[in-house]
Amino acid sequence: MAFSNEQIERYSRHIILKEVGVKGQKKLLNAKVLIIGAGGLGAPAAMYLAAAGIGTIGIADADEVDLSNLQRQIIHQTKDVGKPKVQSAKETMEAMNPDVKVITYHEFITSENIMGIIKDYDFIIDGTDNFPAKFLINDACVMAKKPFSHAGIIRFQGQLMTYVPGQGPCYRCVFKEPPPKDAVPTCKQAGVIGAMGGVIGSLQAMEAVKYILGVGDLLTGYLLTYDALKMQFRKVKLPADTHGCAVCGDHPTITKLIDYEQTECDGVGL
Amino acid sequence: MNITAAGVKKEVSEGLTVAQLVIDEKVEMPQYVTVTVNDDFVEHGAFESTVLKEGDSIEFLYFMGGGQ
Repeated sequence: MAFSNEQIERYSRHIILKEVGVKGQKKLLNAKVLIIGAGGLGAPAAMYLAAAGIGTIGIADADEVDLSNLQRQIIHQTKDVGKPKVQSAKETMEAMNPDVKVITYHEFITSENIMGIIKDYDFIIDGTDNFPAKFLINDACVMAKKPFSHAGIIRFQGQLMTYVPGQGPCYRCVFKEPPPKDAVPTCKQAGVIGAMGGVIGSLQAMEAVKYILGVGDLLTGYLLTYDALKMQFRKVKLPADTHGCAVCGDHPTITKLIDYEQTECDGVGL
Repeated sequence: MNITAAGVKKEVSEGLTVAQLVIDEKVEMPQYVTVTVNDDFVEHGAFESTVLKEGDSIEFLYFMGGGQ
């Protein structure tokens, strides 16, 4: 595949980087990344990945754009209110970069469909807003041996970690089981500052790009936490011993995917 | 003795347990926090019996479910 003059110009700031170059840009154009959740985290992640020239971007979300989403979900605009989020996200990404093929999944992710959806992708971004989905994505990615970026945001705080098969702890190693329904507040109940999705979702896109390029150190074995009020990032080392984990350990007790009871956020599950 | 709790060095009394530190640090919803001491998990059932030592590093990892 030879680059067109337009592509050389579009990706010139990438190509000039020694960590990317023509070879790296081709890797990005050949890569397939799935984003689950076209919201606060998924919006900036999708936009940076589209701009970077990720050749195939899958986007999954069952929801429609609501006016209350627009304070942070920058992939959607006022004119998109009422439209399926995946459709709005696809239009924005395609307008940003015609090199990107966007595949939409206008459905909830469940134990029934997740394996079929993730199987074609090189890297998965968890941009969901509830624990059942976060545990489902973790377990499915462990079982399917797929790398993924987990993240969570609330109020003025955010955090993320990266799982790569065979390289350190998964989300369930750290957070065993979902908390009981409504025990831990959602964004709808507690609020979230709009730019938090931008910070953490962009970091998820960065992890996807680094993974595809094979450069630098990923957040495997670490939880990166961000406190915006203290303006403090902390890279917290996670225990390396994953042998006892119920899903990624030596003798897993979870061998089938689980649909935990959904905790509502903005009236929907995803 | 000196320990590091969530990245902050502090002086605490000898014999301090993880259970007491969770209270002293005003950990929100302690029943859902994941605790590590020197990069090893401490199970909730062991909070009372885990006595901290000079130089220990303790981290509190919190559920964060938002994203949409």
